[in-house]
Amino acid sequence: MHNFELVKPTTIADAVAALSGEDAQALGGGQTLIPTMKQRLAAPTTLVSTTGISEMQGVCVDDAGRVCIGGATTHATVAAEAAAHYPGLAALAGGIGDPAVRNRGTIGGSLANNDPSACYPSAALGSGATIVTNSREIAADDFFQGMFETALEEGEIITEVKFPVPQASNYQKFLQPASRFALVGVFVARYADGVRVAVTGASESGVFRWSEAEAALSDSFAASAIGGLSVPADGMIGDLHGTPEYRAHLIGVMTGRAVAAAG
Amino acid sequence: MPKDSGIGASSKRREDVRFLTGRGKYTDDINLRGQAYVHFLRSDVAHGRINGIDTGEAAAMPGVVRIFTGADFEGVGGLPCGWQVTDRHGNPMQEPAHPILAQGKVRHVGDPIAAVVADSYAQARDAAEAIVLDIEELPAVIDMKAAVEGGPKVHDDLESNLCYDWGFVEENKDAVNAAFEAAAHVTTLELKNQRLVANPMEPRVAVGDYAPGTGDSTLYTTSQNPHVIRLLMGAFVLGIPEHKLRVVAPDVGGGFGSKIFHYAEEAFCTFAAKAIERPVKWTSSRSEAFMSDAHGRDHVTKIELALDADGMFQAIRTETFANMGAYLSTFAPSVPTWLHGTLMAGNYKTPLIYVNVKAVFTNTVPVDAYRGAGRPEATFQLERVIDKAAREMGIDPVELRRKNFITEFPYATPVAVEYDTGDYNATLDKALEVADVSGFEARRAASAAKGKWRGLGLNCYIEACGIAPSALVGQLGARAGLYESATVRVNATGGLVVMTGSHSHGQGHETAFPQVIAEMIGIDESMIEIVHGDTANSPMGMGTYGSRSLAVGGSAMVRATEKIINKAKKIAAHLLEASDADIELKDGQFSVAGTDKSVAWGDVTLAAYVPHNYPLEDLEPGLEETAFYDPSNFTYPAGTYICEVEVDPDTGKVSIERFTAADDFGNVVNPMIVEGQVHGGLAQGIGQALLESCVYDANGQILSASYMDYAMPRADDVPYYSVDHSCQTPCTHNPLGVKGCGEAGAIGSPPAVVNAVVDALQRNGKDVTHIDMPLSPARVWAAMNG
Ligand SMILES: Cc1cc2nc3c(=O)[nH]c(=O)nc-3n(C[C@H](O)[C@H](O)[C@H](O)COP(=O)(O)OP(=O)(O)OC[C@H]3O[C@@H](n4cnc5c(N)ncnc54)[C@H](O)[C@@H]3O)c2cc1C
Repeated sequence: MHNFELVKPTTIADAVAALSGEDAQALGGGQTLIPTMKQRLAAPTTLVSTTGISEMQGVCVDDAGRVCIGGATTHATVAAEAAAHYPGLAALAGGIGDPAVRNRGTIGGSLANNDPSACYPSAALGSGATIVTNSREIAADDFFQGMFETALEEGEIITEVKFPVPQASNYQKFLQPASRFALVGVFVARYADGVRVAVTGASESGVFRWSEAEAALSDSFAASAIGGLSVPADGMIGDLHGTPEYRAHLIGVMTGRAVAAAG
Repeated sequence: MPKDSGIGASSKRREDVRFLTGRGKYTDDINLRGQAYVHFLRSDVAHGRINGIDTGEAAAMPGVVRIFTGADFEGVGGLPCGWQVTDRHGNPMQEPAHPILAQGKVRHVGDPIAAVVADSYAQARDAAEAIVLDIEELPAVIDMKAAVEGGPKVHDDLESNLCYDWGFVEENKDAVNAAFEAAAHVTTLELKNQRLVANPMEPRVAVGDYAPGTGDSTLYTTSQNPHVIRLLMGAFVLGIPEHKLRVVAPDVGGGFGSKIFHYAEEAFCTFAAKAIERPVKWTSSRSEAFMSDAHGRDHVTKIELALDADGMFQAIRTETFANMGAYLSTFAPSVPTWLHGTLMAGNYKTPLIYVNVKAVFTNTVPVDAYRGAGRPEATFQLERVIDKAAREMGIDPVELRRKNFITEFPYATPVAVEYDTGDYNATLDKALEVADVSGFEARRAASAAKGKWRGLGLNCYIEACGIAPSALVGQLGARAGLYESATVRVNATGGLVVMTGSHSHGQGHETAFPQVIAEMIGIDESMIEIVHGDTANSPMGMGTYGSRSLAVGGSAMVRATEKIINKAKKIAAHLLEASDADIELKDGQFSVAGTDKSVAWGDVTLAAYVPHNYPLEDLEPGLEETAFYDPSNFTYPAGTYICEVEVDPDTGKVSIERFTAADDFGNVVNPMIVEGQVHGGLAQGIGQALLESCVYDANGQILSASYMDYAMPRADDVPYYSVDHSCQTPCTHNPLGVKGCGEAGAIGSPPAVVNAVVDALQRNGKDVTHIDMPLSPARVWAAMNG
């Protein structure tokens, strides 16, 4: 790791100001960024920690009934505090990594990083969440732009994420045996106006919505409704842990299981 | 009635108090005054010619003390290989040079090119980034068959990439071929035993120190065998005689074989400490470990089994390609030969066996012994091919094994070893009982009702431990003896210190060894302390591997203690005014047979050191004895493992539902420690069966170079084990009757798991006869749908 300055602002405004410096970078839980720096693959001169910013912490419900999560809220906090409001989301957060990771890693860091195998992007996209930054609101459908790519501008930080609460939801994660990230993860959420199905871990373009399944499940919310559907292997990730064909197959299996579990 | 101390007691591991409370002292905890730090600049290409190394800018960077390259090691020895294999034509193996830092060429990703020594580790690393390398990348050879079929040469000065072509037993080859011609049935299986990375919890560390005042060198290192390192590094690399070189291996956080070998970093730190007259420290990162610790396994095998119409084994024929990597690690040549070919008889009386092994150089990290070393590879192929034969011939796999079991001992196999004792039916019966095999059908039906496919797999293994008779291994090419030594020092007030060459890095020697001595003398275990891991303290030692510590090191300790007791009896006889022949030792009391006259252990030890009333004319004062023990044979632990799995047909995911291990380890000194060793071995074996794999791409980059892609077993990957070691046929040739238990779990479990998965698939109409490990969900699914 190279030397760097660490600043720990207490307001979003101060954080944004600090991030305008050269080679400054936001630091959430550091679960991705710190290992990257240790490997010397990143060398920011200043790290701007979000964890001291109280306006970016915690879980609440807004007037529209949305579950609103501060951008610096840890996975462990979401697992505990969102359980009463949005159990499908809380369960997803509670299944990320291990306790050490969940007590450090943040929702903002996870979404900003947009790892193609990360869990949270599927919940945000599958819920049609709104990602709130220091300067604007971005619909999840516009936010994820391919592996490790998002709509965030330089120096822009995620301050909050607003999740409309579905009638039923479930996340099924098939573990990559080594990292235990999602080899394939499927988040299914049933809303009054239709079902959303978001798939992570599988595609070379990152998290995506499986629209055929959404249409079928909107007609009939039962695992059997997607029985005849399949995802083409084209564009799926192939690596040590699974071929594109295997991942495409797992999408169907995991979607069926998520629907069955959501009830 | 379980004992509460001495042999057979489950004494709690005394070393765990310091390990579990963070008070262990590991090599990385050693920091010497004025030490400098080294960072190794390693090759990021698998094969390349070094046209230039420009260290100019780097050398001028802050904190840099000195930068070393291969040129600094001209005239210095390379890393030696401790075993020379003779090929089937009678020629010695091809043995390439293995420089401390690359000279001329780099041959694998991770090959060290330059070493930057600086005041801090960060400065060393910064400077390493400023070194300008001119390396011309050459085509790499990764696949073993390509390597022997005219692929690029790893070593330009060798004839080819073939280290040796070994035939065993070469004289039997024609008879074996004839038996195949005549056989009623032949079962053939091609398989891989994949490359693994040992991944001990503690990465390797070395601290070199040099005392200019005396000219003494000291190396602190994470080793399983400090004396071996002293011998190899002193005699072959740096030219330092043993009396000027001390090697210390303090607490070591696991080795599993990977810390047996002498590594370049150890020699470098010792060499550089003298060159700069400052201690030099290196601590491996986990990423570095993946590309610099010796890897394990990596065999590609074709095995054939010839049977008669009744299923009696007639002959076995194998052809194995064994990856050596880019250089020969310390014991690499012995693993696919003498630790593998000699075990191909398994538990069975197959009269004819021919094993062919082609050891191959490739542009990969060197491969050497890893828990089980050669024996897992032997067991895996044999027990897989037997299972396949049983299926092909419609014979129950239990019965096929049983009818071929060796039942009379001693038994001389056609592959050069003689099993002294065993009872394979006993462990098989025990395993069948403990595993409740009769209840399998009901459990299978219950799994099926949940949509899961249940399968049952069996494995009967044998291994050769207690390594090894020196004269025999000498004939086989070992360049070292494999005895062990112990010095027992009795202090004046009766406590004992035992200095042993057996290093403990998780095995529990500090607890188990005292149990033996406590039993012999009849004193409390707490009066005995084990000292190991420092060449300045112990006599010559060969270290810990091959499940040899208790069988060989323990035997040396027994012999030394016997000498102590003999002498102590003479002192007691003097004190009791009796003849030594009449003295009996029981419960720490010496008494005159048939009388009530006695003297306590402590009085005798005191007399030895305060010899006022002492037979000084006949006996030296003091009470300290050394013994060396060289075993007359290997020991042969054996047993049966039974695994029950559930396969999820939708995803291919395997979960191990039940696992039973019935082992015959001969006598057991500490049942709890034995059980723990089996648990650990099983976790590693299950890790190999289901999870672990070191994968290279065609260019020689390691694709699984971190825990993001190299799957280590976690607690929830392994089941609750049922472990039994009540079947005991004591070893006939060592004084304790012990056989060794450290590797059995890792040897016996992979075939049991794979057999179980194949069974589950077969029972559900899938014509799958083999799946290469690891049985990841993706592979099992592909096999089911292939
Ligand atoms: C062992 C391990 C296991 C894991 N397992 C899983 C898993 O199963 N599933 C899963 O989904 N994830 C997993 N993770 C990832 C982890 O949960 C974190 O979500 C992830 O590392 C990023 O969050 P962070 O808060 O640590 O971000 P950091 O590492 O601090 O930052 C990551 C990136 O986001 C940027 N950033 C941070 N905060 C913000 C913000 N508020 N606004 C904008 N940009 C920001 C940083 O600049 C950086 O580029 C695992 C991580 C580890 C180490």
